[in-house]
Formats: sequence, structure tokens, C-alpha cells
Amino acid sequence: MAEHGQRSVPHAQADEFDDVELVHPKSFLGKYVWSQDAKVIAIQYGVTAIAIGVVAVVLSILMRLQLGFPNTFTLIDPSSYLQYVTMHGMIMVVYVLTALFLGGFGNYLIPLMCGARDMAFPYLNMLSFWFYLAAVIILMASFFVPGGATGAGWTLYPPQAISPGTPGVDGGIVLMFVSLCVFIAGFTMGGLNYVVTVLQARTRGMTLMRLPLTVWGIFMATVLALLAFPALLVASLMMLCDLLLGTSYFLPEMLNLGEPSSHAGGTPLLYQHLFWFFGHPEVYIVALPAFGIVSDILATHARKNIFGYRMMVWAIILIGVLSFAVWAHHMFISGMNPYFGFLFATTTLIIAVPTAIKVYNWVLTLWRGNIRLTVPMLFAIGFIFTFVNGGLSGLFLGNVTVDVPLAGTYFVVGHFHMVMAVAPVLVLFGAIYHWYPKITGRLLDDTLGKIHFWVTFLGAYAIFYPMHFMGFAGVPRRYYGFGLTTYIPDSIQTLNAFMSVAAIIVALAQLVFFYNLVRSYFRGREAGPNPWHATTLEWQTEHTPPRHGNFGAELPVVYRWAYDYGVPGIKDDFIPQNLPPDQVEKSEPLAQMSRGRLSL
Amino acid sequence: MTVTLMLLAVMMVLFGGWLFSHSLNVRPWLAQTADVEGGQLPPAVTAPRVGLAVFLAVVTSLFALTVGAYLMRQEMGHDWQPLAVPGLLWWNSACLVLGSVALQFAWQAARRDDGPLLRGGLLVAGGFTIAFILGQGLAWWQLQAAGFYLAANPANAFFFLLTALHALHLLGGLFAWSRSVFRLWRGATPRSLLASVELCACYWHFLLLVWGILFALLLNS
Repeated sequence: MAEHGQRSVPHAQADEFDDVELVHPKSFLGKYVWSQDAKVIAIQYGVTAIAIGVVAVVLSILMRLQLGFPNTFTLIDPSSYLQYVTMHGMIMVVYVLTALFLGGFGNYLIPLMCGARDMAFPYLNMLSFWFYLAAVIILMASFFVPGGATGAGWTLYPPQAISPGTPGVDGGIVLMFVSLCVFIAGFTMGGLNYVVTVLQARTRGMTLMRLPLTVWGIFMATVLALLAFPALLVASLMMLCDLLLGTSYFLPEMLNLGEPSSHAGGTPLLYQHLFWFFGHPEVYIVALPAFGIVSDILATHARKNIFGYRMMVWAIILIGVLSFAVWAHHMFISGMNPYFGFLFATTTLIIAVPTAIKVYNWVLTLWRGNIRLTVPMLFAIGFIFTFVNGGLSGLFLGNVTVDVPLAGTYFVVGHFHMVMAVAPVLVLFGAIYHWYPKITGRLLDDTLGKIHFWVTFLGAYAIFYPMHFMGFAGVPRRYYGFGLTTYIPDSIQTLNAFMSVAAIIVALAQLVFFYNLVRSYFRGREAGPNPWHATTLEWQTEHTPPRHGNFGAELPVVYRWAYDYGVPGIKDDFIPQNLPPDQVEKSEPLAQMSRGRLSL
Repeated sequence: MTVTLMLLAVMMVLFGGWLFSHSLNVRPWLAQTADVEGGQLPPAVTAPRVGLAVFLAVVTSLFALTVGAYLMRQEMGHDWQPLAVPGLLWWNSACLVLGSVALQFAWQAARRDDGPLLRGGLLVAGGFTIAFILGQGLAWWQLQAAGFYLAANPANAFFFLLTALHALHLLGGLFAWSRSVFRLWRGATPRSLLASVELCACYWHFLLLVWGILFALLLNS
């Protein structure tokens, strides 16, 4: 069945939609460094994001060491603890998850899945990565400036973020905002490519409603990011002005060591509005690609069409639109008008409807499917569990009266780690296991993959599930130590130690994953063009890994949607999107029936 | 924030509605049996045009958010002192209008393959745009000289921020404009420059509209 990729199937005329000018460099630098090939750019994004992600994991382990075994490690003092918290959060949310889903998988999959040669603007796409790399370097540099990185918390709220006494106020906070501005400029270049390629560069027959859900998810997430990141950009510029030029956009009049500051009249609440106007869509910028990818993994490995494709598409669109109307649920305790609280609690609960539709559809896709418990499938199923858990705790926090006592506690930490850290990361792993054979031509080792999955999945629950109970007990987040706080029982410390040990084990389990990546690259089993017997166009390329230009001399023509799995009466249990109806082989009894030899 | 939210809501609803309309009366699970239809956008909707439209949406979001912040800060803070808007801004506005008109002529000239008019239109447009940016710089200097320092009041700070953001976008436009001028100077035919001149003209018109809104806002605060 893997030969489907090699079959002679109709193609679009070579120059029909082939208006992207491809640059085919000959030198090593041109091919692998200054490359304009979206697949190379995707790998550059992926490697950079994973590298910076390792830094963020190390920071989280340092935090856990302090929390689990307080004051044991002299390296970790209160200031550095706050720096770890801040940098871990910002790196993970923006520089890892956003970059990996959109820059990594977006670049690799959009042109291939749409049947395009490359992104619409390859040069701009290349620039996008170099801006991203510059942003990462600037951010990392903040560890080495006097005073170190900022310790303002990942939300960087004023006035604390730029006031004396906060770690990193000398230079770290400046580099953080500069890095964010550079990141946003770079992302805009990449985002333009993703949107325009999906809208404009689809091959013949690839209608919007034949796009795989992966593309739908990445596409809508990019639209959100393009419209939401400007809020962070404006907020960053205004904060830099407050800090460096003495303006008072956000800073109110304050006393510092008894002396009045030079600022007056600024409103920190304005920053919160701007930040969360970006911050909440950011949740869906991470979640929507994960939704799309997990849909495709589930359908492929359950050998069944996705349940309710149109509903899935509508849900993605609706979630995208609604995600701009829920930001203030992050600000229930900011002192805003209580009627606003009611309004935003309502919109928050409404957004749960399309989200729940997606969850039901994933489960119904699995129902009576021919489920193959491959490693990508394990991660996809793990995602459903985790997302449901994280989503349900979100219903608690979306209600004002429940949120007020839980805000600022470990319940919030547990919630958002389940819903937008562990869940999307499980999808990222699933996606890497799923598409690694296309990227490298070799399969990842199955046993190592399963070890990686089970330790990561169970370990993540061991870390983040207890946080919900700690939140109920009122344990506040972001604290270096709890001292003799009377209302926190001793058992919390035991729980913290347990969670820290679990975190170390999960972190070590990632070494298995990295070993698998490297070992399989050299010694993994040959994958062939289509090891999962998948229908989408990236598995039907002439070469594996696909070469620059993706599809050889001619672009494929698409005849069907991406979910023709287990179609009754068909010989194979999948039909590639580019296989014409007259070349679809029927199963033997049906073929005999059509020849009139079999009567029922 | 209400301003921003309404604008973004309209943009998202229009876009979501367009996407939604493509999913109605579609049965994606049915394979194509006859000749494969395109499924793409009409040929006139080229990648650069779509790219510009998407970029303008991003810029709209950026300015809408900044204006939203302006209005919120004006309402929430109690230290807002209206700015004495320099009269020079009227002259600057006239420059930007003329720049935009000149680019419109250049666009028409490229369509008609009229080299001299295209050259003239591009140069006049660039000249007026540079004059606008220099004029904005002069207005900054006048404000500083009159004691309206950046940090003295949030109204001043927002004036500097908004005009700087707008000027930066114009500078980006001038980069694209300079590429067209360079190509024309190197002997490119007017017809071959049509696509880039068209994008420049649309971008200039958009930034003129943005400036109109910003100027009206500054005059009325």
C-alpha cells in the first residue's frame, strides 16, 4: 500500500499554480543555513525551539528542587527562583510552543499538505526564522547581563516588572521586551506566509473543505496570532517607554524607599488588558494546532474518518473568533467592574461548547475504529485525557465566584499546565513520532517511544494533579518558600517532594526521546514513503524526505478529503487524496459483483 | 478596548463568515467524480495581494489596540492634559494626501504602460512622503520646544508613540517604493512594475486612512 505514493496519478500542469520562485542553492550554507525551503526552515525552527525548551525544562527542575527540598541548594536564592519562574513560563509559552507548532509544524506541513511547492514568500519565511533566532539569543543574553534575567513573573505586570527591587530590572526586563518585539516581527513574517499559502497556494482540487484538520488548526491559530501579537507588541513598547524614557503609560505614582518616583497617573490595569488580549488567544494559538494535529493522528491510527469533519472546522473557526472575547477572565481579581466579570464568565463558558464538540468528535472517531496503539496514537489518546482534565478545571476558574478564592494558588498552575502545557506537549511528541519518518525517512524506535510515552504521561499527572489539591488548600503560587505559614499543613511539603521527584524522572525520560531521535536517524528502520498508510499529500511525495519543491515535476491533483479510511468495498483501508476515483481498487467481492460474477 | 474589540470582532466575523460560507452545502466526504475544479481563489487574487491584505489586517490590529490603549488611558488616568496639536500637522497631512494621490497616478500609469507618468508619479509620491516624515519630525521638535515633553504627560507620550508607529510603517513602505524606483531606473517596463506599484498605492492609501483617524483623534482629545 505504501506504493500509492509512487502510482501514476494525474497532476496539475507544471506551471498552473506554480508561481512560487524557488531558489535551489548548491552550497551547504545555502541549503541548510540560509535556506528558503520551508522544510529546512521548519527543522531550524524545531531544533531551536527544542534547544530553548531544554533550557526551560532545566529551569523548572531548579524550581522543583527548591520546592521539594527547600533551602538545600545554595545556588537557588529567592531572586533566582523568581527568574526561573518567569523565564520558564515565557520561554515555554512563546518561544517553544508557539514557535514549534507554527514555525516548526506549520512550515513543514502547510505546503506539503496543501500541495504547494513552498510557502508563498520563501525569502520572508527565511527571515522569519532568523528573527526568531535573534529573539531567542536576546532572551538568553538576559541571563548574563548585570542583575540577570527578569523575575517579574511571566505576565510581566507593571509596576512590579520595572520597579526597583524586582530581579532583572537593570537589564533583563529590557532584553525580555526587546526579544518579544523581535519575535513578533519575525512571527508576522512567518504568519503572513502560512495564511497566504493556505488561502492562495493550494493545489488543484484542494478546496478549503478538503484541507486536513492539521492545516485548519495551524491556519486559524496563525490568524489569531497575527491579530493578537500586536497587543503584546504595543504593551512591550509602552513598557519600554515607561522604563527607559520616563513615560507613565502604566506606572502610577509610587514611593521607593520613601522617595516618590518620577512616574504618575499610569494604570497597570491597562497593561493587564493589553497583555491578556494577547494572552488568551495565545492559549488557542497553542491549542488549535494541537487540535488539528491530534485529529489527523487519531483518524490515521484508528483507520477511520474523523467524526464530524465540518463540525470540527466550524468549531475551530468559532473558537478562534470567541477567543478574542474572553481575555478578562484572567483579571477577575483586578478590581474591574463586576458586570464585566459576569460577561467574561459567560463568554468563557460559551467557548467550552465548540471545545467540547471537538472532544466528543475525537472520542467518536475512536469508537469502533480499527485502533492501532502506535506511539503517536498513545500520545494522541493521552492528549484527550489530559485536555479533558485541564478543560474541566478551567470551568472552575471561568466562574468568578470560584476563581476569586483559587486565583493565585497552585490550582491555577495545575490547570494551565494540564491544558496548555502537558496536553499540547503530548501532541507535539505524537506529531514528532508521526511525521519523523517523513522528515528523515526512518521510523523512531517503538519500544523506546512507548517507554517515553508512559513515563511522560504518568509522570506529568504525578507532577500536576496534586497541584489542584494544593490550590484547594490555599497554597500560593510563585513563592520561593512558605516558612512557617500556619494554614499550610506539613503534608504539602511531602507532596512537594513527591512532585519534584516525579519532575526529575519525567525530565530524565526525555533523554530516552533524544536518544531515540539520534539513534533512529542513523540506525532506524527504513520508513518508506507512507509507513502509516495515510491519505494526506505529504505521504504521497515522490521522494522521502521530500526534496525542495516537494512534489517532483508536477503538483498533485486532489480528488477527495483527507479522511478516506476504512471505506467499505475498497481493497485498501485508505485512499490517498490524490488518487483518482477510477484508480481506486475495489475489494474482491465488490469487484466480482461489479463484473456480475457474484450474486447476493 | 471596546473600539478594538468591535473592530476585531467585525474583522473576525467577516473572515469567519467567509470561511463558513465555503463549508455550507459542501459534502467533503464525497470524492470528486468529474473533472477536478480549482478550489483556489480567483486568478486575480494573487499571493502578493492576499499578503498585503493580511498584513493590513495586522497593522489595523496594531493601531486599533494602540488607539484603544489611548482611549483607556485617557479615561482611567486623572492626569490627562490635552496636547496643543501643532498647525504643522495640517501641512504634513496635505503632503501625505498628495503622496497618496501621486501613487494613484503612478498605478494608473503602470496600467497604461506610461513610463514617464509612472516615473513622475513615483518620484512625487516618494518626495511628498519623505516630506511628511520630516514634517512629523519637525512637529516633534516644535512640541519639545514648547515644553510638551514625552514624559511630561500621557497625551504627549501617546502622540509620540502613535506618530512614531505610523512613520515607521511609512518607512517600511518607502523601502518597497525604493525597490520599484530602482527597478524602473534599471530599465524595467512600467507594465512589469504594475504589481508592486499597485501594492504600494494600496498601502499608502491605507496609511493615509490610518493617519486621518489618528489626526482626528489627536484633534478631539
